Amino acid sequence: MLARRLIPCLDVTGGRVVKGVRFQELRDAGDPAEQAARYDAEGADELVLLDISASHEERGTTLDMVSHVADTLFIPFTVGGGIRSVADARVVLRAGADKVAVNTAAVRDPSLVTRLADEFGRQCVVAAVDAKDREGGRENPKGLPGGRGEGWEVMVRGGREPTGLAAVEWAARLESLGAGEILLTSMDADGTQNGYDLALTGAVARAVHIPVIASGGAGRLEHLAAALDAGAHGVLAATLFHYRGTTLREARAYLAGRGFPVRP
Amino acid sequence: MIAVVDYGASNVPSVLRGLRAVRADAMVTADPETVRRAPRVVVPGVGNFAPAMRRLAAAGLADAVREVAQSGRPVLGICLGLQLFLESSDEAPGVPGLGLLAGRVRRFATDLPVPHVGWAKVTLTARGRAHAALRGAFPGGDAFFYHVHSYHPDGVEPAADLADAEYGAPFATIVGRDAVLGVQFHPEKSQAAGLALLEGFAGWTP
Repeated sequence: MLARRLIPCLDVTGGRVVKGVRFQELRDAGDPAEQAARYDAEGADELVLLDISASHEERGTTLDMVSHVADTLFIPFTVGGGIRSVADARVVLRAGADKVAVNTAAVRDPSLVTRLADEFGRQCVVAAVDAKDREGGRENPKGLPGGRGEGWEVMVRGGREPTGLAAVEWAARLESLGAGEILLTSMDADGTQNGYDLALTGAVARAVHIPVIASGGAGRLEHLAAALDAGAHGVLAATLFHYRGTTLREARAYLAGRGFPVRP
Repeated sequence: MIAVVDYGASNVPSVLRGLRAVRADAMVTADPETVRRAPRVVVPGVGNFAPAMRRLAAAGLADAVREVAQSGRPVLGICLGLQLFLESSDEAPGVPGLGLLAGRVRRFATDLPVPHVGWAKVTLTARGRAHAALRGAFPGGDAFFYHVHSYHPDGVEPAADLADAEYGAPFATIVGRDAVLGVQFHPEKSQAAGLALLEGFAGWTP
């Protein structure tokens, strides 16, 4: 039995950790290496670092930062942002990442996912999907049951650009292309602390056979449990751990108490 | 000094970082003479069995590792490194492994997604509980370790099965006998438990 994963996420721009609401209004949340070391010490199951400016400013991932952060970690480390080719991925992996996350580049050229999987193995390829609700609010849950996911659209370039792709179908396609897991972010829920988009999480988890990491909206411990109940294999959170004073230890104890398999 | 064998396996820096985090004196080397003289050797590994075995043999490192093990100095294989210690692998029919341990490497036969990726609970066998290198990592008899693999040890001698995990069915995830120890998971990515295991190996006198 695999343990459910608690994954703090560092959104990074200009060398600092930041966090916003719905990808806007970014606030400073500290130094990446310091934050990473703290989360490792608290018992994070893995760490994700997303260079959130990389995609829209068309620049490569900040490798020095990746290697500094990797130096502080003894857990799996995923890096995303600005990875457009096998060569980009190789450089990030050499700098100390264990997995690479791709989003915009995978939409532009889906064969990139396959080439990354062929080169580094599926376990190395995280397909990030930023999904935006197109049916007018999460009070009106859609995609349940057996929903086809027309309700969510894939967004790229840090949420700036719509793609016309339906998120649930795109996630299934990413699996067939070679993705090892799906990092699924609800743009509507991101940073709101009102909870994950459970309908979206459930619809994607039912559509694929690879792990789905729920992201966007965690504000309370109950939200983590709800996403796992909806079918997520792991829960990613930034605001909750950066600002809310919630430690990973508390989160782990809470989930263990709710009967989820987690590391002690 | 622990020699970490570099034969093109991509996670050598992580393994070195893990050993240094537990204050073990370790260096990366691709030189068979250095390996041959080392008091302690780690063989890491990520990738495919056949090319790894070929590179190890071509560089003279296969013989060097075998000599170290046969002389009773501690040798630790990690992930693919462990698989290379066995006799053969489904991944590379006809390619012999180092044969430091009896047994072979089999692909997971399960409906669950392969590769098996994540934190799996590892439980010591009676043999494992008596193993001096493992004590620190398993204060309660079991611990979680980070696994990433499609193949696993199979058919190892009961006495060499030191700990098991389960994925569809149980499989041996720590194996060893005499001075040879192999772990299917990545201790360098398994936080406190993994570091404790590396520390246990670094101080182990078989």
